[in-house]
Amino acid sequence: MSSVTGVSIADELPGPDRRHTLGGDGAGTGRLGDRLFGGAAKGAGIFVIGLVSLVGAFLLWQALPAIADDKVNFLTSREWSVDNASNLRFGILELLWTTIAVSTIGMLIAVPVGVAVALFITQYAPTWLSRPAANLVDLLAAVPSIVYGIWGLKTFVPVFDPVQSFLKDTLGWFPLFSDAGISGGSTILMVGIVLAIMVLPIVTALSREVFAQTPVTHTEGALALGATKWEMIRVAVLPFGKAGVISAAMLALGRALGETIAVTIILSTLAAGSDWTWSVFNGGETFASRIANNAGEFDSPAKTGAFIAAGLVLFVLTFVVNAIARIVIERRKAFIE
Amino acid sequence: MKIQRLGLVASVALVGSIALTACGSDSNDPGTSGSSSSSSAASDCPKGGTLNGEGSSAQKNAIEEAISSFQDECAGTTINYNPTGSGAGIKQFTAGQVDFAGSDSALKTVEKDGVVESDAAAKYCGSPAWNLPMVTGPIAVSYNVKGVDKLILTPEVAANIFAGKVTTWNDASIAKLNSGVTLPSEPIKVFFRSDESGTTENFTKYLKAAAPDAWTTDPGKKWLGKGEGKEKSAGVAGAVKGTEGGITYAEWSYAKDNKLGIAQIDNGAGPVELTGESVGKAVSAAKADGEGNDLRLKLDYATKEAGAYPILLVTYEIVCSKGKDAAKTALTKAFLTHFASADTQKGLEEIGYAPLPDEVRTKVDAAIAALS
Repeated sequence: MSSVTGVSIADELPGPDRRHTLGGDGAGTGRLGDRLFGGAAKGAGIFVIGLVSLVGAFLLWQALPAIADDKVNFLTSREWSVDNASNLRFGILELLWTTIAVSTIGMLIAVPVGVAVALFITQYAPTWLSRPAANLVDLLAAVPSIVYGIWGLKTFVPVFDPVQSFLKDTLGWFPLFSDAGISGGSTILMVGIVLAIMVLPIVTALSREVFAQTPVTHTEGALALGATKWEMIRVAVLPFGKAGVISAAMLALGRALGETIAVTIILSTLAAGSDWTWSVFNGGETFASRIANNAGEFDSPAKTGAFIAAGLVLFVLTFVVNAIARIVIERRKAFIE
Repeated sequence: MKIQRLGLVASVALVGSIALTACGSDSNDPGTSGSSSSSSAASDCPKGGTLNGEGSSAQKNAIEEAISSFQDECAGTTINYNPTGSGAGIKQFTAGQVDFAGSDSALKTVEKDGVVESDAAAKYCGSPAWNLPMVTGPIAVSYNVKGVDKLILTPEVAANIFAGKVTTWNDASIAKLNSGVTLPSEPIKVFFRSDESGTTENFTKYLKAAAPDAWTTDPGKKWLGKGEGKEKSAGVAGAVKGTEGGITYAEWSYAKDNKLGIAQIDNGAGPVELTGESVGKAVSAAKADGEGNDLRLKLDYATKEAGAYPILLVTYEIVCSKGKDAAKTALTKAFLTHFASADTQKGLEEIGYAPLPDEVRTKVDAAIAALS
């Protein structure tokens, strides 16, 4: 382990009996309290694992027949016509693009801003300000997403539409910013920004917690060696908190990927057969918003299956993203305390 | 506060109804005869009880209005209506989860995805299920164009607009119908419902029936025209309100609430303005499609009858013709009689629905009286 991992050397040394000092001796006392607590904890763990497995199994079980009946390629088609059970034609390409585009924009904004807010609260703010500021940011997490949706549609989008028009006019030559003819600013970009505000408290709260845990020896050491405040943050706080920040970003991404109500309210959907564009000024539907838009009229198993298949992709996507995050964190190994 | 109180009332009523059914199971006969004798007049209130309905969101405001006036009249009764969509309502009804379903279209008699809705409902009921037309909701072709207070559209032009073939407001085909109106040269922005909806289904049914050459896709709950999708009626109406040059199709109440322009429709017998009366004319012109008291209507969207506004949807209440539970049947009859009464229907016009015309109302009354 290198010295930037944030783990003190003492923790690394084996104890006198050649066991890891923090590993315990692995033996319970066999008392009732021990057994009860151990059993309850184990039960909770197994329950959650079982639950997730069952959700996955249910999605697979419901989705597979529909995917098998799909007349077009499930992964690369843009069609979505599921009303006729004998001619199911559905593909997730557009949904996947919109979901990823919206969440990426959200993350690109939320992570830097969230980390900056966390740094301000833990490193820069005077004590009398840091606690209220932290509470205020946490309060953002308590706002229901439908409120974000309505606020976004009625207040935020009209205010920011001129900015968007400016971007369209000046950067329109670039495919990502071309005009897709969506009126009133109900675009992927706007939803991404609103999502960023929604997930900001998650990034901030978790980052704040890890930054606050930076060992005082590290920060004081950096300062003693003549580092400025920014240099101290760069060499001591940020490396220590890296894994935590990644963890926070993944949790936030999970929320952004699955956000439903705010997206359905703000984002304009496209008519079937619209031309493909890469533009972030286009409308569209995410996995979750398409399912929500049609949930009232699931009248046949085949149709339901098609939507559940879309849900399955979202499930897998979330899973993959989380797995990548875990791998990154494991490799950093910074979270061993 | 109101919701909490409602919940309290609901739970009290629920407990009450359970207690009542417990008593009723011992002596079934007196209960049945009692309910059938009290069936005739609307003012006859059953003693408490709860009725659960689910389905079409298009009739949500109408049925809520009817429920609140019914509960004022008959203290102790509780009617719940859950506007989850027609498909969901029918499903819950045939599964025995609710006492009646609200639907934008009558139960289908042809097989779809291995299920014939009317057979499934009859199987659950043990008797035929009846479709009772109860609320007529006109669909307003709503627009927002500065300086244009009056707009006349024919089905062909409307279909071309919604199919994306006519793209500017001063297109020759629109100008021809609206001589004397200055139409701007701005683009037409079409908004559609992004959720699957009975409104979309009925509007596209109209376009397909009245302008088959211009509208080529099959009618359905999913929009197959052009434009930009917005969530639910509130979404499309709000989008048109906020977008100069916007046009959409929405329930009358949403067009009125947002103060949008409403196009007059010319099916061939001159332009017709959307009013309660002009909608009533179109409902009267509809042909009966069911047998006896099953009052499914076949709307003639292409009707050339003078003064009839042709774009509308009729929502039905779907009930078992022979109820499973005497107390529930009595309550169903009392509630539906109240809903179909001239007073209640008249009151619906204020919130954007059209009252049932008298000749249809008489038939509905007769059908309700025949429920047993």
